[in-house]
Amino acid sequence: MKVLVPVKRVIDYNVKVRVKADQSGVDLANVKMSMNPFDEIGVEEAVRLKEKGKASEVIAVSIGPAQASETIRTALAMGADRGILVKTEGDVEPLAVAKILKAICDAENPGLVITGKQAIDDDSNQTGQMLAALLDWPQATFAHKLELGDGKAGVEREIDGGLQTIEVKLPAVLTTDLRLNEPRYASLPNIMKAKKKPIDEKSPADYGVDTTPRLKVLKVSEPPKRQAGTKVKTMSEFLGKLKEAGVL
Amino acid sequence: MAALVIAEHDNKTLKDATAKTVAAAVQLGAPVHILVAGQGCGAVVDAAAKLAGVEKVLVADDALYARPIAETMAALILSLADRYDTILAPATTSGKNYLPRVAAKLDVPQISEILKVVSADTFERPIYAGNAIQTVQAAAGKKVITVRTTAFKAAASTGSAAIENVAAASDPGTAKFVGETLSKSERPELTSAKIVISGGRGLQSGENFKMLEKVADKLHAAVGASRAAVDAGFVPNDYQVGQTGKVVAPDLYIAVGISGAIQHLAGMKDSKVIAAINKDEEAPIFQIADVGLVADLFKAVPEMEEELSKLGY
Ligand SMILES: Cc1cc2nc3c(=O)[nH]c(=O)nc-3n(C[C@H](O)[C@H](O)[C@H](O)COP(=O)(O)OP(=O)(O)OC[C@H]3O[C@@H](n4cnc5c(N)ncnc54)[C@H](O)[C@@H]3O)c2cc1C
Ligand SMILES: Nc1ncnc2c1ncn2[C@@H]1O[C@H](COP(=O)(O)O)[C@@H](O)[C@H]1O
Repeated sequence: MKVLVPVKRVIDYNVKVRVKADQSGVDLANVKMSMNPFDEIGVEEAVRLKEKGKASEVIAVSIGPAQASETIRTALAMGADRGILVKTEGDVEPLAVAKILKAICDAENPGLVITGKQAIDDDSNQTGQMLAALLDWPQATFAHKLELGDGKAGVEREIDGGLQTIEVKLPAVLTTDLRLNEPRYASLPNIMKAKKKPIDEKSPADYGVDTTPRLKVLKVSEPPKRQAGTKVKTMSEFLGKLKEAGVL
Repeated sequence: MAALVIAEHDNKTLKDATAKTVAAAVQLGAPVHILVAGQGCGAVVDAAAKLAGVEKVLVADDALYARPIAETMAALILSLADRYDTILAPATTSGKNYLPRVAAKLDVPQISEILKVVSADTFERPIYAGNAIQTVQAAAGKKVITVRTTAFKAAASTGSAAIENVAAASDPGTAKFVGETLSKSERPELTSAKIVISGGRGLQSGENFKMLEKVADKLHAAVGASRAAVDAGFVPNDYQVGQTGKVVAPDLYIAVGISGAIQHLAGMKDSKVIAAINKDEEAPIFQIADVGLVADLFKAVPEMEEELSKLGY
C-alpha cells in the first residue's frame, strides 16, 4: 500500500509574524520557513507504517513555490521515498490543493493519505476533509492513534469532549493531531541519502486544476493589541485587583 | 434564499455553540433555519425552535444520526443544500469535521472560523494563530462558513420557529462510529465558562492539577491547559487551549505556570481579563496579562484557595 503525505511549506512556528503596513498580507521576506508541524507528524506516521511493513512506499507532495522542494527534502530525509512538487505562484486555497491532491491520488492509488489537521499559516483546517469528499473516501480527522487493519483502519480522534474511536474502510484520508506521534529528527546520513531521492516536478495544469483564488482577500490587518497590566507581589493584591476589575 | 445553521447537540441538550452560530447567521440578513440531526432529540428541537431569529427547524430524526460522523452528516446537509445559499456550523471539532466535505462537494471554498460578519459576503477571520486578521469576500454562489463562537453573543431564547421533518440521507457506509471516552466533569464547559483557570508545564504532574481544580470549584470555573501539559499527560486532550485546541474568551482567564507561547495566546487573548501566575517575571504571558503575580505556583495556588475561602467563596 502506498501512503501519500501532503507537506506544506509554512512560516516557522517560532516566528512572530508581522502584518505589512499596506495591509496586503504578512511579511514573509527573510522569514524562516519550515514544514507545517502537523505534516511532520504525518510524515512520521507514514514512515512508521513503512518500517512496520504496512506501507510499501511513502510519497511526499507539496504544492507551492520552488523552495517547497526543501520541504519535500525534509520529508525524504525523515524516510519518505520520493516526492512530487506541484509548482505554483501565489496562494493556493485549500479547495484547489484538494483538487490537485485528488488528481495525484487518481494517478498513484494510495491506500492512505495523511494530511495535517491544519496549516499553521491559513489555519483553515479543511484540505484533508475536502480531499476525502472529492475522492468519496471516508475520513478520520484529528487522529490521536491509528490502528491499521485489513482493508480498514481504527482511528482514535481528539474531539471537544475527549476521544472518539471510528472505523474507516481503506482507502481513506487521515488528518493528524498533535498527540499522534513525536516526529523524528532526520539524521545526517539520511539527509545525505535524501539528496538522491527523486522529486517529480509538476504544475497545476498537468492535473487540469485552476488555482485562481475564489475568495478575495480585501485586507490583512493587525488584531487589537493588549497592553501589559500590573504586576503584584502577593496573593491578596492579586485577588484585590481581580475584584477591582469586577471579575471576582 | 435562507441560511442554514447546523445544530450541535448530544440528543439531550442544544450546545451554546449553536445559539452563537445563529447570532452570526442572523447578521447575514436572510431568514435562518436550523438543522437538527439526531435520534430522539425532541428536547434539542424545542430549544432550537426558541432561538431568536430562527424561522424554521429542520429535523432529521434517525438512527443514522444518533452518533453522526462526517460522512453521514455531509450527505444529509448536501441533500438540503439546494434550498440555501449559506450553510454555517460552529467551528467545533464536529463542525470542522463535516463542513469542509460539504464545501468541496458544492465546489466552493469554506470560510473557516469567522470572527465578524462585515456584510452578507464579507467576513473577518484569523490567520497565523490570530496574529493577523484577514478580511475576505466570497464570490457569487453558495457560502460555507464555520463560526468562531467566542466572537458572537448567543441568540436569546425568545423565538418560536416552525418545525419540519426531513428525510435521512443515504449512508455512504464507508465509516462507522465505534466508541467514545468523554471527560466527565461537574464544572462548566471550557468554551462557555465565565472563569477559566489553566495550568501549564509548571504544574509538573496531573496530581498537581488538583490544586487548580479546588480553586476552580470555588469560582465555578472550568479548567484548561497548555499543550505542554496535555502532551505530558497531566490532563486529557480536550483541556488544551490554543491555536490548535479550544478557543476561549471568558470574563477571567487565569494562567498558572504557562509561559505564554503565541499558540497558547491564540486561544485565550480575547478574554476580558487575563491574570497570570508565573515564577519567571520575564515570561511572555505577563506582556498581555492585566494582572500578574510573580510567584512560585506551589505556594501561590494553595494561598489563593485559602484567601478565596476567607472571602466567602
Ligand atoms: C503546531 C503547534 C501547535 C500548538 N498548539 C498549541 C495550543 O493549541 N495550545 C498551547 O498551549 N500550545 C500549543 N503549542 C505549543 C506552544 O508552542 C508551547 O510549547 C506551549 O504552549 C508551552 O506550554 P507551557 O507554557 O505550559 O510550557 P513552558 O513554555 O515550558 O512554560 C512553563 C512555564 O511555567 C513556569 N513555571 C515553572 N515552574 C513554576 C512554578 N513552580 N511556579 C510558577 N511558574 C512556574 C515557567 O516559568 C514557564 O514560564 C503548539 C505548538 C505547535 C508547534
Ligand atoms: N500547499 C500545500 N501543499 C501540500 N499540502 C498542503 C498544502 N496546503 C494544505 N496542505 C495539507 O493540508 C493540511 C491542512 O491544511 P489547511 O486545510 O490549509 O489548514 C496541511 O497540514 C497539509 O497536510
